[in-house]
Amino acid sequence: MSVVVENLSVSYGDLVAVDNVSFEAPTGGVTVILGPNGAGKTSTIEVCEGFRTASSGSVRVLGLDPVSDHRALTERMGVMLQGGGVYPSARVRDVVSHFCALHNKGVNAAQLIERVGLSNRSTGTWRKLSGGEQQRLSLALALAADPEVIFLDEPTSGVDIDGRDIIADIIRDLSARGTTVVLASHDMAEAEKVATHAVLFTSGKVIASGEILALLTSRKHLRFTSSAGLVPAELAVSINSPVVAIGDGVYEVASEPTPQLMTRISQWLADNSHPLLGVDMGTESLEDTYRRLTRGKQ
Amino acid sequence: MRRIRIQLRAELMLLARNGEQLLLTLIIPVLLLGFFGSVDVLPSADMKPIQFLTPGILAIAIMSSSMVSLGIATGFERSYLVLKRLGATPLTRNELVIAKILSVFIVELVQAIVLLSLGLALGWQPGGSTWPLAILVVLFGTSAFAGIGLILAGQLRAEINLAAQNGLYLVLLLLGGMVIPRDSLPHFMGNAVRGLPSTALADLLRTTLNGDQAGLVVPCAVMAVWGIIAPAIAARRFRWS
Repeated sequence: MSVVVENLSVSYGDLVAVDNVSFEAPTGGVTVILGPNGAGKTSTIEVCEGFRTASSGSVRVLGLDPVSDHRALTERMGVMLQGGGVYPSARVRDVVSHFCALHNKGVNAAQLIERVGLSNRSTGTWRKLSGGEQQRLSLALALAADPEVIFLDEPTSGVDIDGRDIIADIIRDLSARGTTVVLASHDMAEAEKVATHAVLFTSGKVIASGEILALLTSRKHLRFTSSAGLVPAELAVSINSPVVAIGDGVYEVASEPTPQLMTRISQWLADNSHPLLGVDMGTESLEDTYRRLTRGKQ
Repeated sequence: MRRIRIQLRAELMLLARNGEQLLLTLIIPVLLLGFFGSVDVLPSADMKPIQFLTPGILAIAIMSSSMVSLGIATGFERSYLVLKRLGATPLTRNELVIAKILSVFIVELVQAIVLLSLGLALGWQPGGSTWPLAILVVLFGTSAFAGIGLILAGQLRAEINLAAQNGLYLVLLLLGGMVIPRDSLPHFMGNAVRGLPSTALADLLRTTLNGDQAGLVVPCAVMAVWGIIAPAIAARRFRWS
């Protein structure tokens, strides 16, 4: 395990931002720390990076203490802050060259700029970049370390679709090369594209963690789309399973999606003159999992 | 050493790209010396105005670059999370501070060349044999003012730091005998202002560069105390983010 967090708590005065949290990030995996704004994600990541001291508990990154072994860790760690980090008048190529030189890992600045898709902006200054371009430059600075472990705080925040694809490709490539990626995000759909492991936060606590496939398949649903006037309670009685309306004409049956269940639903819809416009028997999304686990806890 | 060199290069590159800093550190002192050295409007104690002004304005330039320019830039770097970001690289805090101070020395070298050349052109006459001491004076002065600038930068929000640095600069400039002789100040201020680092720096530069016979002991002691205590407090109190 590259990152081991045990019973971590972080307090700001009376406010407990992170409350007795434990999780692990496996070597070469992409672990996403998920949760809404203010859930304690950034505080947790900052303790891992050595920027913040834990109120209690312990954190080891690559076997090192992030605060007392910070200097040794900087040789092996890449960091992308949630925002900022670059002087507004600094030019892209200058700042990337500067960080490559400081890390001295033989990373070529021009190739790195190309890798994050900023070749055509290399003479521009930070203040002239769009929000998404600034995020990609921040990612480039983290990559300048050629890191064994990289911490990314909201890497796709404010990034357009093309930029998101670039960032997702880089994250997958890092993982394929054995780099441990830990990223904090509130964008669950985006995180789901790249993550191998997830840690779900709410109100400073971890409510679930582990391999993402195990989390996603822990419960399945059956959703279908029909007419908006359908009465879920009547269908529920007929098929002997709970049914709820989750959107305009979209219904969710909280049962294992078997062919038999689907047949009973189809029959009931036909008998009651409701159309069947669509069916989703897939795994629940990470967002669904999060909502299910946090229901009544936030 | 390699990382200090890399950071020094980045500091100088940023300085060159920040026109307002160049204005503060080079153009304003040159204009002050050029104007007041040509127009006899300021009292100048018992010496020729240019003899009084040249070392005094060199002292202002040193205060500008080591306190105001460094302090404001560092305050904004903290606000922009530049320092935090650098904290995740192998660059250590000491290496960063050394690089920043070296960049100030380089700027001061340029300031000294330009201002002393302008002073000579306007009739300034250096004298005496203690001028090598001026280098030591500049080192201690830089240390003192850099310390003061970093104390403010490390404690205050960037915008408040900006105002505080400029306000303090003005107070130290007016009370420190840099362009206005201390004799012209109200009597009750007389001894109090001798404890200011700006007074000590201006007095010492005048003594060492002009070859005056004024006493060195008190300003040397004042400069040494500020030069050691201010950076020590800055290092202890500084916040990186």
